[in-house]
Amino acid sequence: MTQLEQRQTTKGAVQVEGLSVAFRHRGQEIHVLNSIQMGIQPGEFVCLLGPSGCGKSTLLNVIAGFIKPTAGYVMVDQAPITRPGADRGFVFQQYSLLPWKTAFQNIELGLKIRGMAKGDRTELVHDYLNRVGLYKHRNSYPHQMSGGMQQRASIVRALVNSPSVLLMDEPFAALDAQTRHMMQELLLDIWEDLKTTVIFVTHDIEEAIFLGDRICIMGVQPGHIKAELPIGLRRPRHFDDTLSAEFVNLHRQVFECIREETMKSMEGCL
Amino acid sequence: MAVSVSRAGYPRWLGQTGNVLSGVFFANRSARRVLALGIFFGVWQILCAVSFDFFINFQFVPSPVEVFKATLTFFTESPWIHFRSSITRVLWGYAVASGLGVLLGIMIGWFAVVEDLLMPPLELLRPIPAVAWIPLAILMFPNAESGMVFITFVGAFFPVLISTINGVEGTLSDTVLIRVGQCLGAKPWHIFKDIVVPGSLPSIASGLVIGMGNAWFCLVTAEILAGRYGIGYITWESYVTSNYPPIVMGMLLIGLMGAASSWAVSRAMEALMPWRVIKKQGSA
Repeated sequence: MTQLEQRQTTKGAVQVEGLSVAFRHRGQEIHVLNSIQMGIQPGEFVCLLGPSGCGKSTLLNVIAGFIKPTAGYVMVDQAPITRPGADRGFVFQQYSLLPWKTAFQNIELGLKIRGMAKGDRTELVHDYLNRVGLYKHRNSYPHQMSGGMQQRASIVRALVNSPSVLLMDEPFAALDAQTRHMMQELLLDIWEDLKTTVIFVTHDIEEAIFLGDRICIMGVQPGHIKAELPIGLRRPRHFDDTLSAEFVNLHRQVFECIREETMKSMEGCL
Repeated sequence: MAVSVSRAGYPRWLGQTGNVLSGVFFANRSARRVLALGIFFGVWQILCAVSFDFFINFQFVPSPVEVFKATLTFFTESPWIHFRSSITRVLWGYAVASGLGVLLGIMIGWFAVVEDLLMPPLELLRPIPAVAWIPLAILMFPNAESGMVFITFVGAFFPVLISTINGVEGTLSDTVLIRVGQCLGAKPWHIFKDIVVPGSLPSIASGLVIGMGNAWFCLVTAEILAGRYGIGYITWESYVTSNYPPIVMGMLLIGLMGAASSWAVSRAMEALMPWRVIKKQGSA
């Protein structure tokens, strides 16, 4: 049985406790996140939704271990997070494949670092490449691939290390609408198989509802979790579901909630 | 019979010939480059022929034809020993400079302690021109040959060093690239090997190309130390004996070899970086 067919529902519990982040900027303390409290079940798909400037990416960066919190902590499977690690895969907003490596070499890198034997890792990488339809492009360099292909490779690069948590920072924001929908379906498709915990940052309401088991709506000044909304839409989900009455209703609910925050964040600029 | 005339008022065949010419010369980039050289030598020949003298004086400047004659004479009298001497010196100096420059540059870019220990003296030595090193080269080195290699080394070393440092520091400052490595579980060694070294390669490559040119740049200076052979030596000696056409010939030969070797280095570096794409305005 290949790794792709396994279900890993036991690991990937995320606990965020009293998490605050502040930066000093020109002698002034700027509070980006204020006592965030959050618990995520193993295998859950959680979307962090909010207007720009609400600190959703910062929260993700703290969970990844890129940023140290000013107060509070994050635990993944009972282990406190102090630094980045391969147990938390990350998919960046920008195209982040290493330009000097082919699709195959990019995806292989984590396994190589871990010291997996060449034969094993080739087989595993090929499985994943096939899974996302990139096998034929395995020897292409990033500049020879479209944005959608690059993001597929980025997702696979994170997943191939079988992380407990997959952290995604607006991974589809730069893609055109068609490609974005395809990528969302593909992501859900893979996630149904792997059941890795996913924390997905987005500012796109429709995307959040379509993907998530639960949406955490974040507010601004300073960033906090304003509301949580479970999404009970049946799975597997398909693009048609976004047209259902239930979906539209959820969309309206979320929109109302988030509009207030967007106005607040805009006032800061005016 | 009326000649068909285009709207602009000149015979159509003239316009068509013009189109063909511009098609050949301006659509084709190699042809454009040959044309550039033709114009360069043509303008130079004309300035000499009319004895141009307005602020800059061309009356005593050897014309391209005279230089060409001097070159023919030079090539009939065993020129290869001169080429071989110069090329050997430049390549030795360049080899040591690029090896040491890339190695030290990577260390300085990567380790703060190496930067602190090496950069102050290197910054002090960097602005010193190659020609100022001649007396010390004579005093310090066991023979003229190694002194000359040292002078070409001085020319090539600093561009390689500085570009390498910039490349490493630039890659380290790319937050996303470094984070990519970190969340794949990379230890510093992996980040160094898989991210920092390839990431600084474009910058190292430009240092190596500039360094190659600079090594030739310093050749005349180096070969002031030479007793008999070398393209730079001929250039210098012709100046001392007021024989002008060989001076210009020497200059052009150095230019030619410098350009050819820089080109070779840049091709070699491109082959090392198949992942790079460069799209310019107006390149097909």
